[in-house]
Amino acid sequence: MEFLTLPEAISRSVHDGDTVALEGFTHLIPFAAGHEIIRQGRRNLTLVRMTPDLIYDQMIGMGVARRLVFSWGGNPGVGSLHRMRDAIERGWPGPLEIVEHSHAAMAHAYEAGASGMPCAVFRGYRGSDLASVNGQVRFISCPFSGEDLACIPAHRPDVTIIHAQKADREGNVLIEGIVGVQKEAVLAARRAVVTVEEVVDDFGPRSTNAVILPSWTIAAVVCAPGGARPSYAHGYYPRDNAFYIAWDEIARDRERFGAWMQANVMRRGAAE
Amino acid sequence: MDAGKRDAPGGGGMNYTPQEMMTVAAARALGSDDVCFVGIGLPSAACNLARLTHAPRINLIYESGTLQTRPDVLPLSIGDGELCEKALTTVSVPEIFRYWLQGGRISVGFLGGAQVDRFANLNSTVIGGYSRPKVRLPGSGGAAEIAAFCGQIFIVMKQGARSFVKELDFLTSLGHGRTGCERRQLGLRTKGPTLLVTDLCVMRPDPVTNEMIVSSIHPGVARRQIADHTGWDVRFAGVVEETPPPSAEEVEILRDLHARTARAHGATAGES
Repeated sequence: MEFLTLPEAISRSVHDGDTVALEGFTHLIPFAAGHEIIRQGRRNLTLVRMTPDLIYDQMIGMGVARRLVFSWGGNPGVGSLHRMRDAIERGWPGPLEIVEHSHAAMAHAYEAGASGMPCAVFRGYRGSDLASVNGQVRFISCPFSGEDLACIPAHRPDVTIIHAQKADREGNVLIEGIVGVQKEAVLAARRAVVTVEEVVDDFGPRSTNAVILPSWTIAAVVCAPGGARPSYAHGYYPRDNAFYIAWDEIARDRERFGAWMQANVMRRGAAE
Repeated sequence: MDAGKRDAPGGGGMNYTPQEMMTVAAARALGSDDVCFVGIGLPSAACNLARLTHAPRINLIYESGTLQTRPDVLPLSIGDGELCEKALTTVSVPEIFRYWLQGGRISVGFLGGAQVDRFANLNSTVIGGYSRPKVRLPGSGGAAEIAAFCGQIFIVMKQGARSFVKELDFLTSLGHGRTGCERRQLGLRTKGPTLLVTDLCVMRPDPVTNEMIVSSIHPGVARRQIADHTGWDVRFAGVVEETPPPSAEEVEILRDLHARTARAHGATAGES
């Protein structure tokens, strides 16, 4: 583990063509890291994420992705992800291959990756057409009961990036609140980058069962306060729901989207 | 369709909208003993209305991992901080799907979609062909496994000939299957959809064929209207009841909930 700046961490960890998972289930979405990937002009990434959310809408619209692995691609409570739709429906700014799962499948695939398993086995996709459009979904027979079980490959991202509340001086990371699949996504990855709200001497009072990732599971820790905005960081700032609603209009139009990205991402540095 | 506002009895001239009738009718189907897997939007409004009226002890579970949560305002997303702060506990996303849903702990799952067919199968994936969709929808999220593994499924959807279709463009979440009797063949022991609540009526499965048939019509709605808003030849039960209209209390509590929600999200994002 090393403490790095955001540009250093991204340039060392994320390479063209990599399979990249930026996780955080509504909460703690690593926006600052995603924006840095866009600024550094990465291309041909396979983006993995349960809910692409605004961050992948932005990354897809800026042309960093070749393939998307996901399970729910909407703007929660608002409607469509227009950049994702434009890529799938009209191939803009380039064609986007999709590998589509259900939430249960994605969660199981991360867990299998963290467990060192080649695949995840679960009860899933019963009667759903998803099994017929995703070649990665297979069915196997339970050797004991004979029950048909769904089977999908484990997720093994080249790099997982998450955002968390705190790291201590040694680089151990504390996550609180809705913890999603972040622990599994980090442990499934070949390397992991964590952006945090703050670096502290001591985590302070906490449950003995708190979700903590030891420093030796992480390649780099980056201090990036506000790095999850406009999503939220429990205990630091709330979800900017008004921005999620406003994004619908911004992302609907290619030019307006481009202008917004230029003004708010491309012309800004990592620390702003 | 817009049937306009109607008088609620005992409300001192209080009106209600078809949308409010739908939410109230769905809420009434829930009881205090239910453990309910809640989706965003209409289901969330109905479940929380039930909790705030006749079912105070109902257990609401959101797929972000929040168990037994009691939000003061409706969440915009499935992972709003509000859900976590008001929850008994919050578990990881793999755990929610593995132990709680797949493990058979959930009695009712609430779903909606862009299309439903006569056997209550749901499409939330695409309009048009899968590889070149006319409209790319968000996808399954948790729905495919919720549909399979909750004790029973309630569906809430606004009724229209384009959404209540003869044939789905894509089957995301299994209802009773394309033949009406697929659940058993697939080894599922859960009941599947037992209730479909719309802004016009309530439908329940025929005990023999599992086709959804009209069992109750909301006040002021004509059979003709229901037929015009259904893409298949809709059938009516032998005895069709009139849905009791929303009480003044139900309408008031629902509107308070929406008003609090709109204030909290900084825009009029709340939807019944």
